[in-house]
Amino acid sequence: MYRYDEFDAAFVRDRVAQFSAQVQRRLAGALTEDEFKPLRLQNGVYLQLHAYMLRIAIPYGTLSARQLRQLALIGERFDRSYGHFTTRQNLQFNWIQLKDVPEILALLADVEMHAIQTSGNCIRNVTADQFAGVAADEIEDPRPVAELIRQWSTAHPEFSFLPRKFKIAVTGAAEDRAAVSVHDIGLRIVRHPETGETGYAVLVGGGLGRTPMVGKWVRDFLPKPHLLAYLEALMRVYNAEGRRDNKYKARVKILVHEIGIEAFRDRVEAEFAQLDPLRIQADAAEVGRIERYFAPPAYAELQDNPPALRRARAANPEFDRWVAQNGFPHKVPGYQAVTLSLKGIGEAPGDITSAGMRLVAELADRHSFGEIRVTHAQNLVLPNVRQDELFDLWHALAAGGLATANAGLITDIIACPGLDYCALATARSIPIAQALATRFAAPDRQQEIGPLAIKISGCINACGHHHVGHIGILGLEKRGEESYQITLGGDAGNASAIGEILGPGLGADEVPDAIERLLAVYLDHRQPGELFVDSVRRLGIQPFKAAFNAELRHDAA
Amino acid sequence: MTLLDRHGFRPDPFRRLPAAEIAGHPAVIVPLADVQAGLLVRALGQRIGIDIANTLPAEDATAFANQVDLIAIAFPGFADGRGFTLARRLRRAGFRGILRAVGPLIPDQFAYAMACGFDEVELPDAVATRQGEAAWLADLAIYSTSYQRDYARGQNILEARREARTGGAT
Ligand code: HEM
Ligand code: SF4
Repeated sequence: MYRYDEFDAAFVRDRVAQFSAQVQRRLAGALTEDEFKPLRLQNGVYLQLHAYMLRIAIPYGTLSARQLRQLALIGERFDRSYGHFTTRQNLQFNWIQLKDVPEILALLADVEMHAIQTSGNCIRNVTADQFAGVAADEIEDPRPVAELIRQWSTAHPEFSFLPRKFKIAVTGAAEDRAAVSVHDIGLRIVRHPETGETGYAVLVGGGLGRTPMVGKWVRDFLPKPHLLAYLEALMRVYNAEGRRDNKYKARVKILVHEIGIEAFRDRVEAEFAQLDPLRIQADAAEVGRIERYFAPPAYAELQDNPPALRRARAANPEFDRWVAQNGFPHKVPGYQAVTLSLKGIGEAPGDITSAGMRLVAELADRHSFGEIRVTHAQNLVLPNVRQDELFDLWHALAAGGLATANAGLITDIIACPGLDYCALATARSIPIAQALATRFAAPDRQQEIGPLAIKISGCINACGHHHVGHIGILGLEKRGEESYQITLGGDAGNASAIGEILGPGLGADEVPDAIERLLAVYLDHRQPGELFVDSVRRLGIQPFKAAFNAELRHDAA
Repeated sequence: MTLLDRHGFRPDPFRRLPAAEIAGHPAVIVPLADVQAGLLVRALGQRIGIDIANTLPAEDATAFANQVDLIAIAFPGFADGRGFTLARRLRRAGFRGILRAVGPLIPDQFAYAMACGFDEVELPDAVATRQGEAAWLADLAIYSTSYQRDYARGQNILEARREARTGGAT
């Protein structure tokens, strides 16, 4: 894991002092509320429905046990002893008092953390594949470049007052688990077809919100030493030309859409041609310094699928199910990455108590070289578990209620905070997630349905990624009632796609039945081994639409 | 309006005048439309600046950039960051004169503005009075380091690391 050196540490401390002074200046009236707002947002402080919310950056979703313990402590002292992991791999505390924020930021700085640029019209926290560094399908670990971008984008003098927020995601794997195509910039580490050298393929203009768009390729292969200069050129074009007359049209996706990807590419390349990449890029020694922090831990030499594991799986079907469902192939024999589901049946997706955090921290120390990952699906991961210790781990997790075997299944639902917390919400999302999880709780039923991503947002801003859910649920308000619009066929991965709307909005209590009807079509028509989303692709939306609407008309008649 | 540079508030030597009225004034800022006329009647040693919008393409400004002493870029609001990019582009094009940011900026942007190539900020008087000189100078002090190379700003962390490395090696 990356560790702060004296410069990083001093920088974060300076930032805490600066924010404390900004709060004082606001209280003294030297700053107006309008002037203060972007400063507070760039330090992660939102005003929500009932209280302030603090969003803490977990760069590229990597956490140490020590950091997680500190988050547990902050939750206890300043919140209601729980936190909420988000789709951008951050952690939110929902019941914070503004006066406590400087103290919390100081506690974060103690463990090399911060809340810088988790909000506001700046370059946000960089996200990455949660299995970075351990995934068997990886070309290269994306964390060093994510860290490089984190540093480069921090308090950037030119790009801290952009037209709108700007999100960057990176993956180094064959399968995109970081949803890079729905980010303002998506980077994929690729191998040059001729030279074999690794570099970046660059996507631009993806994003969700009220105008969902899948990113477009702006560069097939960017040599590594050109990265920061290229990002600078791209950001400069956006900063100069992105729309500022309408905040709903201010994201880079709208600029790309309005002038076209070719014109956008030409402008970026023209700007890039005037830069000297080597003056902007960190030098090789600095890149090497960062890379060394991500060197693999001291793995033991082990055999895959050891007898102890096989025996335990054979003897214990629940454990077996958990390993099969929440385990993820590790590149080193004898190890496994495992997902700790924060989607216990009936719980709020992504929430975890301070006690839960402490348990995970302890287990990370015991079984995963002290390292934890946060996934964009609002779960946690222990990336480096010995297969012969999985059974012990499972026991300990089960005792803490963290061994739900549903990673990637229908009850592994993404949901934003919605109307229970959020000032912008038009409907609740958490209770919908809870109702669906309860409906489909039976493990055999979940297995039968197979991998399926349901994603729920409480308003058109799409924080719950509903557009890219295999089934998306968007909570709206219609004549004072909550109304849920269902979309089908979205995908956040390699075959990224925006879902299509199935029909009229539903009342909250109608949602589980509607999902049942969609599943019935799938179960009737699927080919052997075919996943839900693949059936939707093969069959098209029509049969689903028919089933969805038939019942509605029938009800109305 | 109140003028401010890295040493604090100071009197503004420049006056805003149309080209037709600049005679006898040692330092003037003319509207962009008047720049040719102003340069035509410029007296020996007379300093001429221009006001430009933050939407002006950098190429249009560089045409006369090397003939003027000052370019004042308007910030319609502090959250409109286009001026930072325009300043960078003008510096890259070789403009060596004074770069001024004009508008209701906030003290927390001072170090950023300097890093992008500005020399000074011209604030509405009411804003300057409310925010106070100290807050502006404090911003320069608190942000003494940065992660970006190639910006004009105090200590650069990447360079400092490099020095620490070579220092350690010898
Ligand atoms: C509770 C306070 C929150 C507020 C006020 C808020 C506000 C917003 C707004 C206004 C947008 C739309 C931006 C745009 O289209 O330009 C947005 C998008 C988004 N937010 Fe939030 N959000 C909140 C919480 C969250 C949470 C809890 C998550 C994660 C679960 C999250 C993750 C995202 C993501 C992933 C997007 C979509 C990114 C995109 O548009 O490309 N936000 N949010
Ligand atoms: S989608 Fe809407 S309701 Fe949900 S968190 Fe985002 S802004 Fe709030």
